[in-house]
Amino acid sequence: MSTIEDPTAGPLQLSHLRVLEAEAIHIMREVAAELERPVLLFSGGKDSIVLLRLAEKAFRPGRFPFPLMHVDTGHNFPEVIEFRDRRVAELGERLIVASVQETIDKGRVAEETGPRASRNRLQTTTLLDAIEEHCFDAAFGGARRDEERARAKERIFSFRDDFGGWDPKNQRPELWSLYNGRVRRGESVRVFPLSNWTELDVWQYIAEEDLEVPNIYFAHEREVFKRDGMLYATSDHMELMDGEEPFVTSVRYRTVGDMSCTGAVASTAADLETVVGEIAATRITERGETRADDRVTEAAMEDRKVAGYF
Amino acid sequence: MGEHGTMTTIETSLLRIATAGSVDDGKSTLIGRLLYDSKAILADQLEQVQEASERRSGEGGLDLSLLTDGLRAEREQGITIDVAYRYFQTARRKFVLADTPGHVQYTRNMVTGASTADVAIILIDARHGVVEQTRRHTFIASLLGIPHLAVCVNKMDLVGYAEDIFDGIVRDFCAVARGLGINDVQFFPISAKLGDNVVDGSASMDWYSGVPLLEHLETLSLADDPAGHDARFPVQWVIRDHDADYRGYAGTVAGGELRPGDPVVVLPSGVRTTIAAVETLDGELEVAVAPMSVTVRLADNVDASRGDLIAPDPAVAGEAGGVPPVVSREITADVCWMAGAELRPGARLALKHTTSSVRAIVDALEDVIDITTLERVAAPESLALNDIGRVRLRVSRELAVDPYERNRTTGSFILIDEATNETVGAGMVR
Repeated sequence: MSTIEDPTAGPLQLSHLRVLEAEAIHIMREVAAELERPVLLFSGGKDSIVLLRLAEKAFRPGRFPFPLMHVDTGHNFPEVIEFRDRRVAELGERLIVASVQETIDKGRVAEETGPRASRNRLQTTTLLDAIEEHCFDAAFGGARRDEERARAKERIFSFRDDFGGWDPKNQRPELWSLYNGRVRRGESVRVFPLSNWTELDVWQYIAEEDLEVPNIYFAHEREVFKRDGMLYATSDHMELMDGEEPFVTSVRYRTVGDMSCTGAVASTAADLETVVGEIAATRITERGETRADDRVTEAAMEDRKVAGYF
Repeated sequence: MGEHGTMTTIETSLLRIATAGSVDDGKSTLIGRLLYDSKAILADQLEQVQEASERRSGEGGLDLSLLTDGLRAEREQGITIDVAYRYFQTARRKFVLADTPGHVQYTRNMVTGASTADVAIILIDARHGVVEQTRRHTFIASLLGIPHLAVCVNKMDLVGYAEDIFDGIVRDFCAVARGLGINDVQFFPISAKLGDNVVDGSASMDWYSGVPLLEHLETLSLADDPAGHDARFPVQWVIRDHDADYRGYAGTVAGGELRPGDPVVVLPSGVRTTIAAVETLDGELEVAVAPMSVTVRLADNVDASRGDLIAPDPAVAGEAGGVPPVVSREITADVCWMAGAELRPGARLALKHTTSSVRAIVDALEDVIDITTLERVAAPESLALNDIGRVRLRVSRELAVDPYERNRTTGSFILIDEATNETVGAGMVR
């Protein structure tokens, strides 16, 4: 293995990516050992792609001791859904699709209307319903602390009450690599094995492990329009407002979420190497550049997490 | 991109830093400078902080604490309550910085942030010198076994960059550190506000011949740290593949090196066997070191499961195997108590040590540390929130432990209240 060398730190010092990898594998095995019914949230995005590789490293040649689950808003990029299904088939693991459309059809939530309508907020209900239906007591997510400042304060094992809510003022102290995953019936933990990774770490790991990602992460020609300084793909799910003119340009996505709240960035980075170069040189955070859902208030993420969001 | 700008090279190591303090010490300014100059604060975050600073103070200026204080309650009260994690990177290293509050009432948060740190940054105001808070932070750093201290004498600009003031503080600090058995201390005369000796050197202190703080953090060697030399492997998860009749013991290396052919014992049972292979998804390894997550296959069909510890077989390895773990149902430890309800003798708790969970009874409270004088006061009636004291515990099953100073993983545990499931204590085996 080439990764146990670091010229500045003496012999047998792991590279930072291998330390982060080892920490994440340790976390996944702890969850598998201590909780009854875990699930891994897989969206087809880059962070959850890394989670799947880590799960392979943690549990192969055995099977994953949990199923995968995607909360599908119905407004996802088709390229991502196609990738999701292919990747799951390759792994031979089980995928549960929790559908926001079904939650709407059952009358559990009402669809937002107007040109700024998004299904992002509605996902929370679908997620909580699915956790309850399948009696999941732990859910792995790909969230990272560098993404957002409320997340910077969140534990790796994030305890949730029986409403799925996060109480930021009453978090369990997390020391050494000793995690307390004890829950009562109805309660659960969200577990974030990538907590200490940055966006750059994720891309470097994808490059080092040669992981496939959906092609929308690389530069491609797409019809977009400009709103609030961000570029959105034109689609059936987006209503144009007055003065918004679609145009074709070269873009890529830094994050992959609901089409209605995920913006593209102008880019010509067509392969992993140039994408890693772009991320290393960027002056804007990934959520700031591409996610409308965080722009609502100073504490938008904290508020959504208190309500049970990822 | 400056000299310390982010590079895309992958072969960098990882350093975990803990800082403690309040805004008054210049902690936020120091962190702000490290983040700025390593390009870890991005334009939109800066804009957010700028807007919020103006809204709060009604005037210009940048309040960098708004960047780290991520919770609404913290921003409202203008204090750091909880540990915040910050990330920055230079061409040589990636840094994980646990930013913790400095006040006595948040000691448990500082203990939490310090538990995994390789280096602690201790801030001293050059105008005030070594004060009670300095002694407390240094004590906690030593208690948590942080192998390196970087003592920053800040606000040197406000004392005329005087060498004798710096030298006096160094002398005072050494007197504090001497009693605490700290391995490595380095001193930096800095001005976080003006940038002297943080990332770049200082034109105002030509009497200082050392390197700036960041360069020290980049080059600090972790290879010769005193803890964790003996091989330790807590079994975390058993991987089975029934089709292939495969059985592997998965876990994280907690110390030393594991190699195929090593004679080992499985503790607490003491069953002897040999490591047949050390594996990862990427293939077999010649050697695994901490903190790698690997899978170990054993030569014999022995009974091993989660919670067991694999260690060198002293009968075969001899001195090369180092000091064997202690297998016992009685543990003496320094415990930091983290709950509102006090800990008293006779208390029953759950205890998690490496991958094993057992029940514990508090047999005795031997002493409690007076956090202002750092003296041990014998036979307290109880330990209150944020108290640290020596506790004797009896556990329901034998555990294989090491003294914390020899191994931070096999020498540590947490205590859990079985009624509330809260983590209520952190223990270091003595």
